[in-house]
Amino acid sequence: MSWLIPQFVANIWESIPQLFQHLIIITSQILGVTIVLILTVAFTTYFERKVIGYMQGRLGPNRVGPFGLGQPFADVIKLVIKEVVIPQRSNRFLFLIAPLLSMIPALATWAVIPLTGSFVIADINAGLLYVLALTSVGVYGVILGGWATNSKYAFLGAMRSGAQIVAYEIAMGFALVGVLMAGGSLNLGDIMQAQAGGFSNWFIIPLLPLFFVFFISGVAETNRAPFDVTEGESEIVAGFHVEYSGVAFALFFLAEYANIILISALTSIFFLGGVASPMEGWTFLGEGSFLREPGFFWLATKISFFLFVFFWLRATFPRYRYDQIMRLGWKIFIPITILWIAVEAVMVWMKVGPWAV
Amino acid sequence: MMQTIRNYIKTFAMWELWQGLALTLRTFFRPAVTIMYPEEKTPQSVRFRGLHALRRYPNGEERCIACKLCEAVCPALAITIESEVGEDGTRRTTRYDIDLFKCIYCGFCEEACPVDAIVETRLHEYHMEVPGENIMTKDKLHAIGDKFEAMISADKAADARYR
Repeated sequence: MSWLIPQFVANIWESIPQLFQHLIIITSQILGVTIVLILTVAFTTYFERKVIGYMQGRLGPNRVGPFGLGQPFADVIKLVIKEVVIPQRSNRFLFLIAPLLSMIPALATWAVIPLTGSFVIADINAGLLYVLALTSVGVYGVILGGWATNSKYAFLGAMRSGAQIVAYEIAMGFALVGVLMAGGSLNLGDIMQAQAGGFSNWFIIPLLPLFFVFFISGVAETNRAPFDVTEGESEIVAGFHVEYSGVAFALFFLAEYANIILISALTSIFFLGGVASPMEGWTFLGEGSFLREPGFFWLATKISFFLFVFFWLRATFPRYRYDQIMRLGWKIFIPITILWIAVEAVMVWMKVGPWAV
Repeated sequence: MMQTIRNYIKTFAMWELWQGLALTLRTFFRPAVTIMYPEEKTPQSVRFRGLHALRRYPNGEERCIACKLCEAVCPALAITIESEVGEDGTRRTTRYDIDLFKCIYCGFCEEACPVDAIVETRLHEYHMEVPGENIMTKDKLHAIGDKFEAMISADKAADARYR
């Protein structure tokens, strides 16, 4: 690579103090990941509308640009040129800070996600805790947005969201305890490494119930259908973002989709080996085939699959009733996870089957 | 007892949920039923009741004899007619207005007309930009009738055997 860079650029680079070199590298990494992520969010909305359209026997957006690929940009431009209406009786500061509070954690969590086998912005050992902490902080944006709006509907939506996230965070945390026991580390890269070496090593096999619990809790955490009571159109108009318009609404939207992609990425990393290839042992594919190598390609494929499942669920299921959501979270998911952690512990101890490390 | 156990297994295997997912997945791979409207159109009946038109006889004489049956039958009171005796001694309309905002496109005027003068054509893609454009005057109705006479007479001929 070094021959690509002209000499004078290299000289300038050398003359910069070490600290600034480091800063510039980190900043460019963050910018790169964020821009790619935001573009992905844009096309995820397009993907969602296409998937749901096809599942309803329609075509989805197909007017803006080839195959309607310009649709996300048209939507963004529409939202950006609209006015941000601030309700008179609202808390102005909180009203404006809430969308940021929901978006920042959604983007910041990506710092610890290993995107390829080696590349990760912050390779910290407590990565899993960081992820859990930031996904919980994300709900502040929703609650503050709903409260600052000073509207009954928004407030109801925010309260529902708060209670729901508390309920499902626990199930999610317990599911991750299982992953921890199997992976033996809090570092996402290490968890991924522990699953390297073919499909049979993936945690989905020993932890199948936890996989389901984690993914469904993830759907509930991101307030997606069928758990989207926080914005349930039929009861409370649009929930916490009734009064948001223009860019402020776009930020909530961005945060929601960034969280969906995040949950998809986490599910792939924790249970499907992240960048690991399912075809690792398939020698007939040839020696140098990229299909056999672990890489970003496989992570992207898995993320796309889980995004598809998100939209598939939304196209299929009607919205849960609120008390049913609570029952599912507290009375079904938490017992299942605890039970399975116990099963896993016993199996590891007795060195049985796929559980034995 | 067996039923209870079977129900428990079904609940935990999420059987009904999988069934629902299978249905949407099947639909996903089925071709969409969408019709790309401006380029493609659904077939139309010859009885379609769209924009109105006033017709003429092949020799150019206007059919309307100002009998005012359409005005009388119009349930929305959308038709306004004024008439007088012309130079050749026939009754002719001096004013024949249809207010498209009042009109409910019921087709009664067409049914009532003894000389098939007022008809509803198949045209349904029209719009108004200026207030007042919704009033179809006699001239405008005749212009539509003259322009689409071929289509109108073909439609009437196709429908005649059912009347």
